[in-house]
Amino acid sequence: MNALLDAIQMVATGEVLVAILASAVYGMVIGALPGLTATMATALLVPVTFYLSPIAAVATIITSSAMAIFSGDIPGCLMRIPGTPASAAYTDEAYALTRKGQAELALGASLWFSALGGIAGTVALMIMAPALAEMALSFSTFEYFWLSLLGLMCATLVARSSPIKAIASALLGLLVACVGIENPGGVPRFTFGSTDLLGGIEALPALVGVFAVSEIMRAMVSAPPPPLPNRKLGSILAGQWDLTKRFQKQMWRGNVIGVLIGALPGAGADMAAWVAYATSKKMSKTPEKFGTGYPEGLVESGAANNSALAGGWVPALLFGIPGDTITAIAIGVLYMKGLNPGPTLFSEKASSMYALYIVFMLANILMIPLGILMIRVSRQVLRAPRAVAMPLILLLCAVGAYAIGNNPFAVVLVAAFGVLGFVMERNGYPVAALVLGIVMGTMVEQNLVTSLIKSDGDILPFFERPVAAGLAFFTLAAIFWPAVVWLIRRLRPAAAAR
Amino acid sequence: MSQFTRRGALAAGALAGIAPLARPALGQGNYPSRPVQVIVPWGAGGGTDATARIVASLLEKEMGQPFNVVNRTGGSGVVGHSAIAQAAPDGYTIGMITVEICMMHWQGLTELKPTSYTPLALMNEDPPGVQVNASSPYRDIKALADAIKASRPGQMKASGTGQGGIWHLALAGWLGAMGLRADHVRWVPSNGAAPAMQDLAAGGVDIVTCSVPEARAIIEAGRARSLAIMAPQRNPQFPNVPTLNETLNINYSVGAWRGIAAPLNLPTPIAQKLTASLQKVWNSQEFKDFMNARGFGMVWGDADGFATHMQRADQTLGDAMKAAGLVRS
Repeated sequence: MNALLDAIQMVATGEVLVAILASAVYGMVIGALPGLTATMATALLVPVTFYLSPIAAVATIITSSAMAIFSGDIPGCLMRIPGTPASAAYTDEAYALTRKGQAELALGASLWFSALGGIAGTVALMIMAPALAEMALSFSTFEYFWLSLLGLMCATLVARSSPIKAIASALLGLLVACVGIENPGGVPRFTFGSTDLLGGIEALPALVGVFAVSEIMRAMVSAPPPPLPNRKLGSILAGQWDLTKRFQKQMWRGNVIGVLIGALPGAGADMAAWVAYATSKKMSKTPEKFGTGYPEGLVESGAANNSALAGGWVPALLFGIPGDTITAIAIGVLYMKGLNPGPTLFSEKASSMYALYIVFMLANILMIPLGILMIRVSRQVLRAPRAVAMPLILLLCAVGAYAIGNNPFAVVLVAAFGVLGFVMERNGYPVAALVLGIVMGTMVEQNLVTSLIKSDGDILPFFERPVAAGLAFFTLAAIFWPAVVWLIRRLRPAAAAR
Repeated sequence: MSQFTRRGALAAGALAGIAPLARPALGQGNYPSRPVQVIVPWGAGGGTDATARIVASLLEKEMGQPFNVVNRTGGSGVVGHSAIAQAAPDGYTIGMITVEICMMHWQGLTELKPTSYTPLALMNEDPPGVQVNASSPYRDIKALADAIKASRPGQMKASGTGQGGIWHLALAGWLGAMGLRADHVRWVPSNGAAPAMQDLAAGGVDIVTCSVPEARAIIEAGRARSLAIMAPQRNPQFPNVPTLNETLNINYSVGAWRGIAAPLNLPTPIAQKLTASLQKVWNSQEFKDFMNARGFGMVWGDADGFATHMQRADQTLGDAMKAAGLVRS
């Protein structure tokens, strides 16, 4: 109890509260700029943390990353520019709602369920961090292989086109993931002697290209849509309570998926959002509505990616293993501030830990008013004439891509993927599946090859460990289930005739 | 705080525009008279980036001009290293170069070598350690070495970084020093030290040869043990971990290091001024506190010391890479 009181005192200082507020506004703005990500927002904060007290330093990172992950949904929803690979899972859904004139419903859902997901993730972090960390630590490459394969298979589930076209897109994504030297063999592939291609093609420029630039190109060849009626903006949170009641099951499922996948180092929020969206569609009573601007999938995957963010802190705090790129940066700051990750952080520095939990809670609560403000401001974008908005968006795409590594090659990539995305969508190939292929391709390959090296080429260990066997069963069932269904349908009429 | 990159990007743009005009007019006596760009070939938020940023902020205090860190990532470090080498040698673009500069040219990834730069100062080096799972039967490095010698080739598995990365070469060199083939213990490539340590804890591999600070959290959590470090002396931060030399009488040491360098042909007065300031930075309390907090090894080398250090590393790593079959001509 004393530790808790100490913790409240630690948080309730002017420095910490100002740090939380300032980093919240900062994260909100950075995340909302297309192409600038939560990871970048966090990385840029590191030099500032040199001058802050330990709790304030970590608080800036927690707060700004939570805000940036949410506000990354804003350009995705309004302009079809997903801020992170995580929000790519449901960008099309949110954008479809915007085109139906329900932008505030989409953004409100994103905000509300992000905040709830973040709080659920924090509660999970508080009460079962050791258990979650134990689970994360028992995952070897064999388990990761099945998990990433399962993630890859979401490509066919989330797409609205024919499964064949979705698979084709995902395979193209896998081919893109082959480029570069960052493969288990350390051998340059498809680099054509180019230094820039050596590092491979990152998901972010591809993402911005296939979603945003292709959307701009489409706008150029089609007639402008009738302007949205200039009505007064409705309450952003009004519809959310209804949604919460209506999709309560989906929300909880999203939170659980988020916490579990988030706690697995390397899987993180990206995979959580995709898996949650796919699960939601698979379990839905009305899967045909998905992709047409239907909030069900938004609720589940929006909840999943913010709860994954808190889940990602579990292995980081207990073992110093980053759950994602954001916690990788945070671990450095923790060490620098003498809050060395490890079980002792929970026992000897319990008051600091409680203080961090309080910061998590504050950040997610603060997200709601700040988010509403941000949505009201950014919604004006929709009223801007197309001739003004489109060139500006293109400029932002280029600047954002350049800012990732100060490398002009990323801008070229954005343009190339823009053309590719345009051609693919014209012919009914889903671009989301391509992005998923790029994101998951490296993971699938890395885990398959290293597992095979470890087992000396034997495939039995892929099924021997209990968790691996369970995941293998799920994966194989998902692959063969459609065939089984088809067989049953074939056999049933025959049986009836007899 | 987004000004940090934006300011950097602006400064970069401004430099590109002004540099050709301004250079003849600049006296070397009043260097630096405008902001200096510090290129980091690795991403924001990593260990190299953090080190570069603390060095830059202390240099700024020391020399009275802004030192702006710019992350030039891509091409597995090749892009940023090239950007440093190809900049104008006027002292307004310097960079943090890393051990990879002694490795990439052997693999045929770039033409750049340690001799493509004006070395200014070596700031840090982290030696590899030898880590095993806490429940592993090997209590000390001697027992492990005996077990390795007794195992059949490829039976034991080790990890720590990607194929041909620095910790892979540490293992290959150590095995070579014991008179074994470089692939006697099979290398399992990983995406860096953290996933490798996780796999060690999950029972996926037998040994991880990353640096001790990288393994620290898992060791402190009681999931792994560090048996030795491959360095001439023990690390004052981890005094209980012996060196290879103490127990096995093997004097083999390689490490991951970071240093500050400028393009070739940097005028000597500027180079001397920078090296002197970097020495003050290295000796400052702020730098020491930072390095100790992160567990990074403090190793100093002035311009000549850094040059010899790189030359030696180039040779040792080249040999290890040849032994491991990683050299491409």
